[in-house]
Amino acid sequence: MTTPVPTEDRRNIDWLLTIAVVAVTATFIRAIFFTPAEALQGLAQKIFYVHAPSAFIALYVAFGIVAVSGALYLWLRDERLDRIAASAAEVGVVYMTVVLITGPMWGKPVWGTWWTWDARLTLTLFLWFVFLGYLILRGAIEDHGTRARYSAVLGVLGALLVPFIHLSVYLFRTLHPMPIVLKPGRPSLPNSMLATFAMSFVSFALLFVALLRARYRLAARVDALVAEEEFEPAPMPNLRAEPIR
Amino acid sequence: MSTRVPPGTFAAAALIARKDLAIEFRTRSAFLAAIVFSLLAIVIFFFAWDATAVNAVDLAPGVLWVIFTFSGLLGLHRSFGVEEADRAIDALLASPVDREAVFLGKALANLLFVLGVQALAIPAVALFYNLPLSRVLGPLVGIAVLAAIGLVSVGTLFSAMAANTRLAELLLPVLALPFFVPIILPAAQSTARLLSGRPIAEAMSWLRILIAFDIVFVVACALAFPFTLED
Repeated sequence: MTTPVPTEDRRNIDWLLTIAVVAVTATFIRAIFFTPAEALQGLAQKIFYVHAPSAFIALYVAFGIVAVSGALYLWLRDERLDRIAASAAEVGVVYMTVVLITGPMWGKPVWGTWWTWDARLTLTLFLWFVFLGYLILRGAIEDHGTRARYSAVLGVLGALLVPFIHLSVYLFRTLHPMPIVLKPGRPSLPNSMLATFAMSFVSFALLFVALLRARYRLAARVDALVAEEEFEPAPMPNLRAEPIR
Repeated sequence: MSTRVPPGTFAAAALIARKDLAIEFRTRSAFLAAIVFSLLAIVIFFFAWDATAVNAVDLAPGVLWVIFTFSGLLGLHRSFGVEEADRAIDALLASPVDREAVFLGKALANLLFVLGVQALAIPAVALFYNLPLSRVLGPLVGIAVLAAIGLVSVGTLFSAMAANTRLAELLLPVLALPFFVPIILPAAQSTARLLSGRPIAEAMSWLRILIAFDIVFVVACALAFPFTLED
């Protein structure tokens, strides 16, 4: 792969990222000032507009991209698939961390506890660990091909793991609310909240795509630089302490 | 093997397992370490809880499965770590056997290692925690074997991967422990049912998860293993 390195790229504004940040800001403003507070939960319910879209994107979209592009990589051996998987994992960890921070903040006033070993919370926590393991694995391998193959294997196995963790933690009890929007029949949100929720969902998805794109471009640039300086590998930002095995 | 015909997959796997077990039997380093670790953990766990507040029978299932997990990791570290010395793995890969056979052989040796640890640790836990072992021995052995199959299939694959990274053995628990959740949870839960005198039928939904996990991950790991080796 010899992707040309755009030299002037740094000065260009990432328009997609800019739009996404503006959209997320607009969503926050609408959620805080122009959406009615929930009758029982009060202002705490506003976390919903951050928590739910982040959870959906992290658990389904990001994890799905990592698994599918991992499987495709093992088949097609295209570097671009590996870059997509790596970018999705990194952005997915950020989203999942947001879920795991906003969840307890919402749980404390509403459920009366920061954390509970409920099926969905536990599943999210373990997938977060799988994602972190994925990133640590990537950081611990020097060689491009090896790194891509190993992380693809881990991504595919991680997808196989999801139903098993889900089943086994589900046999414990569950306290988490059942789906509110995506369920048969009408969503149980009033229209004003539903509009804000739709807006938050779209803006968080847009932010995800923008971050994914930015991270992908970075990976492509790093790879191109490394390919250019074949004899003297470009210094990576971190994990350089140990001698190469 | 006096003939020049390369062995079939299962014969090759048996040969590789025998090689690993011969190394382990002659050095006894990892097995002894795993046994001593298990005994220490049994004793330390007992004192970490208030014995007057928590019944030993309630504590035992958790203790058993935590011990098996971590002592299993001790054995799994060694599985490919021993091949990295002098690049013995290169000779193994140059031999005319399938990559799947290498995986199955390694996994078989690890399985016997974990079962060996369990064979000593279960009586030890029964002794120290005063468990009614004879009453539950049959089903408990069944659960232990099912769980061990899952542990070693995932563990062997990740051991092969971890051995090739800069973090080496530090990486194995980080990668493997999330995958052990659907093994430890059903195993500990059904052990708890057994020890409290409930019928085994009550643990069936747990056992089904365990069996399904074994089937899916033995196949998936054997298929994924060739990708983890240097081309």
